[in-house]
Amino acid sequence: MMIDSEARYLKTHEWAKKDGGVFVVGLTAYAIEQLGDIVYMELPEVGKELARGDAFGIVESVKSASDMYAPLSGKVVEVNEQVPDSPDVLKTDAYGAGWLIKIKAGDAAQFDSLMDADAYRKFLETEA
Amino acid sequence: MKLVFEKSVKGRRGLRIAKSDVPTSINLNPDLLRDKDAELPELSELDVVRHFTELSRRNFGVDTNFYPLGSCTMKYNPKVCERIASYPGFAHLHPLLPQLRSGGMLTQGALEVVYEMDMLLREICGMSAFTMQPMAGAHGELCGIMMMAAYHQDKGNKKSIVLAPDSAHGTNPASAAIAGYTVKTVPSDENGLMSIEALKEMLNDDVAGLMLTCPNTLGLFNPHVKEICDLVHSVDGLAYYDGANLNAIVGKVCPGDLGFDIVHVNLHKTFATPHGGGGPGAGPVGVVDKLVDYLPISTVIKREDGTLALDYNKSKSIGYIAPFYGNFGILLRAYVYILMAGKEGLQRVAENAVLNANYIKEKLKPYYDIEHGQVCKHECVFSATRQAKHGVHALDIAKGLIDAGYHPPTMYFPMIVKEALMIEPTECESRETIDAFIGAMITIAKKAETNPDELKAAPVTTPVGRLDETKAARELNIASL
Repeated sequence: MMIDSEARYLKTHEWAKKDGGVFVVGLTAYAIEQLGDIVYMELPEVGKELARGDAFGIVESVKSASDMYAPLSGKVVEVNEQVPDSPDVLKTDAYGAGWLIKIKAGDAAQFDSLMDADAYRKFLETEA
Repeated sequence: MKLVFEKSVKGRRGLRIAKSDVPTSINLNPDLLRDKDAELPELSELDVVRHFTELSRRNFGVDTNFYPLGSCTMKYNPKVCERIASYPGFAHLHPLLPQLRSGGMLTQGALEVVYEMDMLLREICGMSAFTMQPMAGAHGELCGIMMMAAYHQDKGNKKSIVLAPDSAHGTNPASAAIAGYTVKTVPSDENGLMSIEALKEMLNDDVAGLMLTCPNTLGLFNPHVKEICDLVHSVDGLAYYDGANLNAIVGKVCPGDLGFDIVHVNLHKTFATPHGGGGPGAGPVGVVDKLVDYLPISTVIKREDGTLALDYNKSKSIGYIAPFYGNFGILLRAYVYILMAGKEGLQRVAENAVLNANYIKEKLKPYYDIEHGQVCKHECVFSATRQAKHGVHALDIAKGLIDAGYHPPTMYFPMIVKEALMIEPTECESRETIDAFIGAMITIAKKAETNPDELKAAPVTTPVGRLDETKAARELNIASL
């Protein structure tokens, strides 16, 4: 699945989804395909306060190293420690088992201002 | 080919050392002694000579093949520069000699090389003074940003941000971060140049400076560069010129005239000294008047009687950035190169580097996509998006070039270009060599459509085939003995 219809997106290819009272954040399947094999990933500590647009981690592939940006402001309440150890899960399930962090958002309305699936699809067409 | 350890035969020797008739006594703590002998390869002299001769035949370099590695300026290193650097009067000097009593008089020649190099770089870059100490471009960046920090601290400026465009070399944000700054990225506009509008929005009193490569990593000269420097100055920021791409404009444009305050020069790029494989490099840094006091110690000064000496008397200096005076042998080679080329010669370097890159760009345009196809400077960046539709990516094209006898271009950089292939031919190559390279690129473009599997299997002509980069990065296993 290249795009998850339930997720909202950033132009820098991060997604966010509502999960009860928190927001789950990850990298889009498109980003993972573009990056190539991922060899290293750095995720934040639980408890870190993020402002929207802050770099929350680093992803390094055989091609490049990039920051990953927070789609919403808030506190990191959970981190998926499995992914840095076995990054191949990103290839198979970017929007599920490949989630990266969960954020308790200060302002849930920020979610609505992110690109929806259709807007992200159109954005990808202009990228390609 | 076997490793030298695999060729080892127990008991074989290159030479036999007579038994020592001098009594020995070892008073080392037993914890420090080996339990068993080191496992060194046991071979005859001929075995060793053949082994290393065979390895040396596999060397790939500018002396054997075309090396269009974008952003690295892999130009030919004239042999006369090597010859002069090997003169015993230079090569055998001890670096402490000028600091010894009367030692300065024995090192006037070497000090003059450093002093004159400073003068030449001042003229080339339009700066007030240079330090020769930094041993690489990135080292020069760090040195430059440390001076930037010292300047702001001295003025009582509270600044925490350094700006760099999204096309910057990764060393820019890394250098600024190591010097303690927060780095913010300025996006590029649709022409592939740093967006002035975005810069204006990001500029405020918290900005310590901007790091800019010009021409940038797309090989494009920013026509607004003077305005950009003025904008940075308007918030008392400093404009840093990353000299990685100086080869495109050397002798033609003076970074100081454009408004830059700090300049680093990669001598190993623009001034043809050996590099690749990690060095040795040299990254002298020049500054304008208001920053001269912060230069590292020591610098070479001329006394009233005309003799040269090292000056350590700089209370505002950022201190030592490297031992002694930098990579002296590299400074010397670059000095010879500059004197040989002269002003007109350096201008022709820039002209031919730009001509060669544009020739390649125009010839390959029908076969490869290029996002920013305007006239470029010393390098051009193609995008393998057309080939990627057939499953052939920039990496596969690079590997295919290896089979054709060429060093691959820089790949996947700058990151703002998808499937980037960054080609920098330098001024050194003949029309015949460049035409042959273009022919190889066209053959590969056709193969991408007709026989993509062949490219995906490349290289097949090398001692080892396609390496598993992912495994190498994920499962670090450094052999130890």
